[in-house]
Amino acid sequence: MIQTQELELTDAFVELIRRAATVLPPDMEQALQKAQNREEPGSAAESAFDTILRNVEMARANSTPICQDTGTPIFEVYYPLGISTRLLEKQIRVAAAIATQRAYLRPNAVDSLTGKNSGDNTGEDFPTIHFHEWDEPGIHVDVLLKGGGCENVSTQYKLPDGGLKAGRDLEGVRRVVLDAVVQAQGKGCAPAVLGVAIGGDRGSSYIKAKQQLLRPLEDTNPEADLAALEQQLYEESNELGIGPMGFGGKTTVLGVKIGTQHRLPACYFVSVAYMCWANRRAALDVNLQGETVEVTYG
Amino acid sequence: MASYTLTTPIADEEIRRLQVGDTVYLNGVIITGRDAAHKFLIENYVNHGDGPVAEPELYERLKALLDGGVIYHCGPVVRKDEDGSWRFVAAGPTTSIREEVYQADVIRHFNLKGVIGKGGMGSRTLQACVEQPAVYLHAIGGAGTLIAQAVEEVEDVLKLEFGVPEAMWVIRVKDFPVVVTMDSHGNSIHDQVEAASREKFAALLAV
Repeated sequence: MIQTQELELTDAFVELIRRAATVLPPDMEQALQKAQNREEPGSAAESAFDTILRNVEMARANSTPICQDTGTPIFEVYYPLGISTRLLEKQIRVAAAIATQRAYLRPNAVDSLTGKNSGDNTGEDFPTIHFHEWDEPGIHVDVLLKGGGCENVSTQYKLPDGGLKAGRDLEGVRRVVLDAVVQAQGKGCAPAVLGVAIGGDRGSSYIKAKQQLLRPLEDTNPEADLAALEQQLYEESNELGIGPMGFGGKTTVLGVKIGTQHRLPACYFVSVAYMCWANRRAALDVNLQGETVEVTYG
Repeated sequence: MASYTLTTPIADEEIRRLQVGDTVYLNGVIITGRDAAHKFLIENYVNHGDGPVAEPELYERLKALLDGGVIYHCGPVVRKDEDGSWRFVAAGPTTSIREEVYQADVIRHFNLKGVIGKGGMGSRTLQACVEQPAVYLHAIGGAGTLIAQAVEEVEDVLKLEFGVPEAMWVIRVKDFPVVVTMDSHGNSIHDQVEAASREKFAALLAV
């Protein structure tokens, strides 16, 4: 078994970032292809999907970023007892800087007081890393690159919402999520994947909503009520006709994923993490059982 | 929906010919500018009054570049080659609406003919497009690698102290594909799509 002091995962994290920035996950690409086939031939929407898909292919072939806004790198790290999270954090930060140097990432960390860009994607609370100790013997890391355009149209509701006639139930959730899609129009680079969280506090709710974006498009929510709502919101969002880039069209969202958290009696938050079509996620697993560290990407 | 090839600087009659939905392949020198650049242009030049102009050489340079020119809302990923020259690696558009407070004044002051971005802009910019005339050109958001291929050369970079995404990059493009979504006749695809989607939204909530 590998000991924590022998762990050197910096190169693996650089490769993880490279994959996330340059290779769109297959489920996303397939959903975009299906969406293109649904649009009217010769429409602006069809042409937008054509450009998007050609870009996805070129980015993969050239190993260059799909989108220039490589966003906030968000890491969800699962590790067994005995592994130093400070060590992993340090290696992730070094990897972010190397990935920036290699132009897999745009320098995206700006000092909020001085406006100075750190130049290497590290800074105060940047990148985002969440650690979770688990019972498995290996390490698993998910990364999500969440761009700024779609972050700006992400939003949070406090139910009840009088204007939308949204009460503290799933019908209320439905109403506010549809409102978020209408408010966003094409500004967050539709078609979107919507990560939704119900409950929590204001902070935990947004984190939960973003974590939903890591779920594969084709998975089914184990909670039957939520599975039904995910499907309904997917269909109704697409009836809005906003289309890719807001050009008008049949596909406005590619998927809706909903999670829940316990909440305070006084609070009922619904957070909507709007993710652009470039839902850039990647994962790696580290096997610590053998003589040497084994890393696989998935 | 027609298709046109335009080269900067662009004449008024070429702009008037464009209608929403038209495709344009853009050629020539354009300049990137986003949040920090627009704030800088407004505070130092557009609103400078009668006092001395900050960085007068830069002002003359910008006036020449923007007269009949095109500004691109973009914060690229760039790479510096060993000979010191810059290359665009990924360069899709950023969301334009953040510049709504500035854009109309920048269009008028510098005689801009085109603004490239994504997501569309509001009524003040549309009004400036009608008067000037100018157009809003929509690039495909997220198509960073593909659009970077249309950048033939990075001629210069201005205000690099703003950081790589916020600097003003002077680039020569070839057949940069964009769609006219706001024209000089007062039409906006964004307004049309938003109105239709709000109607549908109201119907869905009425159920």
